[in-house]
Amino acid sequence: MKHVLSALVMNQPGVLAHISGMLASRAFNIESLAVGETDIPEFSRMTFVVSGDDRVLDQVRKQLEKIVTVVQVIDFSNKDFVERDLMLIKVRTEGTSMTQVKEMVDIFRAKIVDVRPHQVMIEISGPEQKIAAFVDVMRPFGIIELVRTGRIALTRENIEKPALYDLQPVNAPVK
Amino acid sequence: MDRRIDFNDRKLKIVAIAEEKSTKQAQMNGAEIMIQALIRQQTKYIFAYPGGASMPLHQALRKYRDEIRTILPRHEQGGAFAAQGVSRSTDDEIGVCMATSGPGATNLVTSIADAKLDSVPLIAITGQVPQSVIGSDAFQETPMVEVCRAITKHHYMITNINDVARIVKEAFHVARTGRPGPVLIDFPKDVQLDSIPADEVDLDPPMNLPGYKPEIPDVATEQINQIIAAIRRSKKPILYVGGGCILSGAADELLKFAEKAQIPVTMTVMGLGTFPGTHDLSLHMLGMHGTVYANLAIDEADLLLAFGVRFDDRVTGKLDEFAKHGKIVHVDVDPSEIHKNKEAHIPVVGDVKQVLNSLNAAMKDSDIPDTAEWHRKIKGWKEQYPLAYADYDTEIPQQHAIETLWKMTRDRNPYVSVGVGQHQMWSAQYFKFDKPKHWLCSSGLGTMGFGLPSAMGVAAAHPDELVIDIDGDGSFQMNIQELATLVCEDLPVKMLLLNNQHLGMVVQWEDRFMEGRRAHTYLGPVHKPEALGDGSGIVGEEIYPDFITIAKGYGIAGQRVREKKDLEAAITEMINHDGPYLLEVICPYQEHVLPMIPGGKTVRDIIIK
Repeated sequence: MKHVLSALVMNQPGVLAHISGMLASRAFNIESLAVGETDIPEFSRMTFVVSGDDRVLDQVRKQLEKIVTVVQVIDFSNKDFVERDLMLIKVRTEGTSMTQVKEMVDIFRAKIVDVRPHQVMIEISGPEQKIAAFVDVMRPFGIIELVRTGRIALTRENIEKPALYDLQPVNAPVK
Repeated sequence: MDRRIDFNDRKLKIVAIAEEKSTKQAQMNGAEIMIQALIRQQTKYIFAYPGGASMPLHQALRKYRDEIRTILPRHEQGGAFAAQGVSRSTDDEIGVCMATSGPGATNLVTSIADAKLDSVPLIAITGQVPQSVIGSDAFQETPMVEVCRAITKHHYMITNINDVARIVKEAFHVARTGRPGPVLIDFPKDVQLDSIPADEVDLDPPMNLPGYKPEIPDVATEQINQIIAAIRRSKKPILYVGGGCILSGAADELLKFAEKAQIPVTMTVMGLGTFPGTHDLSLHMLGMHGTVYANLAIDEADLLLAFGVRFDDRVTGKLDEFAKHGKIVHVDVDPSEIHKNKEAHIPVVGDVKQVLNSLNAAMKDSDIPDTAEWHRKIKGWKEQYPLAYADYDTEIPQQHAIETLWKMTRDRNPYVSVGVGQHQMWSAQYFKFDKPKHWLCSSGLGTMGFGLPSAMGVAAAHPDELVIDIDGDGSFQMNIQELATLVCEDLPVKMLLLNNQHLGMVVQWEDRFMEGRRAHTYLGPVHKPEALGDGSGIVGEEIYPDFITIAKGYGIAGQRVREKKDLEAAITEMINHDGPYLLEVICPYQEHVLPMIPGGKTVRDIIIK
């Protein structure tokens, strides 16, 4: 089973190392981890995809919550959420394959962002399955290189928001 | 090397100049703010070993020596365990240790890891190289925050003098609240030497811990009623209590509850003392070297009240078989402990003391189950399988030495610390504690060398109490240098050294599981027959090393006994001696700690003989 967890953490040096170290030392299996700043500069948001049963998920959540610099952990299981992954991929376009690649890019609502002789770079975002499907479709043309951000997710409801904003440090910009 | 000395000299001059400046303009440097912040947190003593990167801190400790006592250990690890001795033996004091950067700092690591596993509040302060050279592989540079991340509850590196007081305040708060643990503060030398006007120093600044919420709400009445219902329906209830009860200060509530509900109590090695060891309801310790009756009772119980425990493998053996007939109520302050190793039927995140208080208040006489049959059964087990050991004609088995020490000192309610190994388990079995916080034992990490330095910390915190280190010859030598600290700092620790010339616990495992093949478990000269297991079982005339002479060299009185008839007089002399004292008892090395449930096994595999 895969689970998506999101952690609001203090934006300080070493927090990412602390969290990834904890996950590694307790032998939790992390499929993807994405980190970025939030609208409050003091906090960053981390999104994890964890594989394992409910008991593993429960332990990951509780161990994350124990880390002093982790402000809040949200478990996305049983929640309605939007998830996205962004990928940049370089594909060979020799002979007539350019047209075919272009066609696939349109079908997947991707975007060609760079063109070179015999290769293109494509940008695509979407849920995990869509990205995986696009990689499969591109494989026969010859994938030169690809890079992904890892998954990010946000619940549709903003139930957590008030609690979160109460926590903002005094010097954070007022929203 | 010469250049480095020059560099340090120059730094010293800078300190001198800074000090001069501070008197003129009433400045305080970072080191001084740190020490004042420690004093503000009620720190009365600090175990600190100086070095290049912590010299400004020591200068500040000297300056404020009327307000805080600095005890100089002879090894940083000794200082760090002494600091644990303070935390483990007092209700609200937190032990503080300090070391310089690099090797000084890494010598604290074992005690920090030890404190993490036993949930001991500890503040470890390390000097760090100046920020300008951090990351350059500078002399005595170690990335302490990196090293300690997984073994601290929290960690800091101070990068700005304005953060010093806040970080110290936060560190104490984090260390002592919730589930306690060690906190590291890494303090670069340039910040120690930086200074700000004294009137700008706020020693009680607001904390910035938005993610830290240790306050545990009171457990809901419904959950308390659920527990009471489970007790009412039970016929064979048992209390399994641990370090959490001690940390929560729940001993009185536990006694009241156990007596009221007539539920027998078994303790983990961390929980010894939270329930009186001499009480009729006490089943003493459970687990690998626990009593047979405690383990049988756990196995047969239909209700396991697990309060402040973590289902450690040394307690449970084979997890699936542990308490498999019983409903499990698990109360712990740390949510991550619930369901971690063993699924609980009634999981309760809460403070043990509050839960016991609520149970005591809510439980009616009609809720108390009829457990007469259960107590009869337990009594039968107690009679059938008492703790027992072999008798010798003249030699002193370790168990006898410990039991005699207990009988002779129990009226003084002494503090007892131990190293790790056979003597540790025998102490847990034969020294009965009636009060919490009097038993100091490296339980989770199992650190040899814990006994002497932690006793040192207890002696500092309780100058008028009897403090005894029961040690083995292996463990004792791991921090033997602290004998100097006992003398130089006036810490009158009594040491009962059980010398069998072997690493007894490993020998026991060799005997039980490896056909007695000795592999580096004999501590005497390697050419002796004992080194390969060809000894007689009795320690001969030649003892290595000569501990009494070593003690004498450090200025400590002592004597060696090897016959039972001399033991009591020697113990009396040890207790009555003014100052530290070493009593070395020569013991047989073929004695095994029994009972024993081999790792990963069940009570049905228990070894009694």
